[in-house]
Amino acid sequence: MRSQDHQPLLDIINIDKSFGALKILKGCSLKVNRKETVVVIGPSGSGKSTLLRCLNLLEPADSGAILFDGKDIAGDLRNAPAVRREIGMVFQNFELFQHLSAAENIMLAPMKVSGLSRSDAHDLATDLLRKVHIPEKADFFPDELSGGQQQRVAIARALAMKPKLMLYDEPTSALDPEMIREVLDVMAELSSDGMTSIVVTHEMGFAKRAADQIVFMESGQIIENATSEDFFSGTVNERAQRFLDQILH
Amino acid sequence: MSLELVFEYLFSRTFFDGAVLTLLITITSLFFGVLAGLVVALLQETKIRSLQVVTLVYLWLFRGTPVLFQIIFIYNVLPTFGIRLSAFLSAVIALSLNEGAYMAEILRSGLQAVKTGQRTAGLALGMTKAKVMRFIVIPQAARIVLPPMGNQMIGMLKTSALVSVIAVEELLLVANQTASASFRYFEALTAAGIYYLALTTIFMAGQFFLERSLDPKRGRRKAAPAPLIERLTHMTETAETR
Ligand SMILES: Nc1ncnc2c1ncn2[C@@H]1O[C@H](COP(=O)(O)OP(=O)(O)O)[C@@H](O)[C@H]1O
Ligand SMILES: [Mg+2]
Repeated sequence: MRSQDHQPLLDIINIDKSFGALKILKGCSLKVNRKETVVVIGPSGSGKSTLLRCLNLLEPADSGAILFDGKDIAGDLRNAPAVRREIGMVFQNFELFQHLSAAENIMLAPMKVSGLSRSDAHDLATDLLRKVHIPEKADFFPDELSGGQQQRVAIARALAMKPKLMLYDEPTSALDPEMIREVLDVMAELSSDGMTSIVVTHEMGFAKRAADQIVFMESGQIIENATSEDFFSGTVNERAQRFLDQILH
Repeated sequence: MSLELVFEYLFSRTFFDGAVLTLLITITSLFFGVLAGLVVALLQETKIRSLQVVTLVYLWLFRGTPVLFQIIFIYNVLPTFGIRLSAFLSAVIALSLNEGAYMAEILRSGLQAVKTGQRTAGLALGMTKAKVMRFIVIPQAARIVLPPMGNQMIGMLKTSALVSVIAVEELLLVANQTASASFRYFEALTAAGIYYLALTTIFMAGQFFLERSLDPKRGRRKAAPAPLIERLTHMTETAETR
């Protein structure tokens, strides 16, 4: 075992982010251990999406460090494409490429970024579609799939780059209630297979099932960071508790 | 009225050369017009103020005056500033610059129709900006801009007739000269009309096949690109003015 494996996969140290005069992230710090799943909750506008976008360098953090697999990635944006290859991201609105079929959505980055041959990429897409339980939809286009199916293709597309870390930004909040389950099931399976993940979601059932760590954000700050056991046994910060009561009732 | 004379004109060297010149003016002007439109669209995407002002002035000038005015201006006024251009070159420059002003708008709306979320998704997979442009934005934008671009192209074929005013020997001028020499207006103009219809039909067919080849669901799509007949009725229903 390499000595690195004892380190957390991700170590966010005191990052700040402003848009103009508006401070959106104020000194956020967070460690994510290998094979663990962190669930992030918090009111709308608290900076959850911004935090995720800073992690894969879609937004540059203003200050602080982001140690990913031991290296600080926050400093140098020229490495952004290389970093993003190792960090998969899933969006609220799926963002499947509309001009490509499900299989082609999954094949695009492996072919154009990693240089896989078409047939290898196709085999990979077939495997991944099986993993997200829709092997029969390979040749369907995004507008021919339900929301839940689209989101599962999006997860498969992110997995195709064999990322070390998955980021999910409210992956089920654009879905009809009856489709939420099928997406959460896939995510929970990945987590239990050891995929390190950060999930922004308000699905507390998922948190209970899959999270090792739960983080509560408010106004750009992480104001609660608890193990899943502590969190669900009720020993949490009062503001977090109030927020929980709101989303549960 | 003599059908024979129509055929004679149709297959005469002068009419054929006129049609070829019409096609040449159209294609050259389209090429440089699309190029100008692309440059303007990209300049507008950059958020540099001074460049945006330049493009706005260009659009204002070329969309705010008639093409006919622009053709005559370039041919007759530029020489007084020492810029002497052949009639053909003047025609192509005027038509290209005019076309560019319209293409810019079409191309810009196409690029903008591809939502930022699509680009973000590409970047998040580790693609460079150039690859995102090439494999995600352009293929989607192309499908959006193709129908309006096709219409512009057919429009250009017809607009090219205006350059007859600066004595470019294109199809309409040839027909008009032939007619006034022989007083055979019906025959000469019918021959020219047949050429125009043949050319627009070829353009429309080209557009149809291009749209079909860009359709990702080739063959199994419910809504195929509009067939030719539909295009013809559409063309007769929409009035475009320049
Ligand atoms: N690109 C941006 N430019 C300016 N303000 C932004 C930008 N992105 C997010 N914000 C602002 O940052 C705040 C936090 O947004 P976000 O991270 O999306 O919150 P959350 O995901 O928790 O709802 C919001 O007030 C939002 O308006
Ligand atoms: Mg958000």
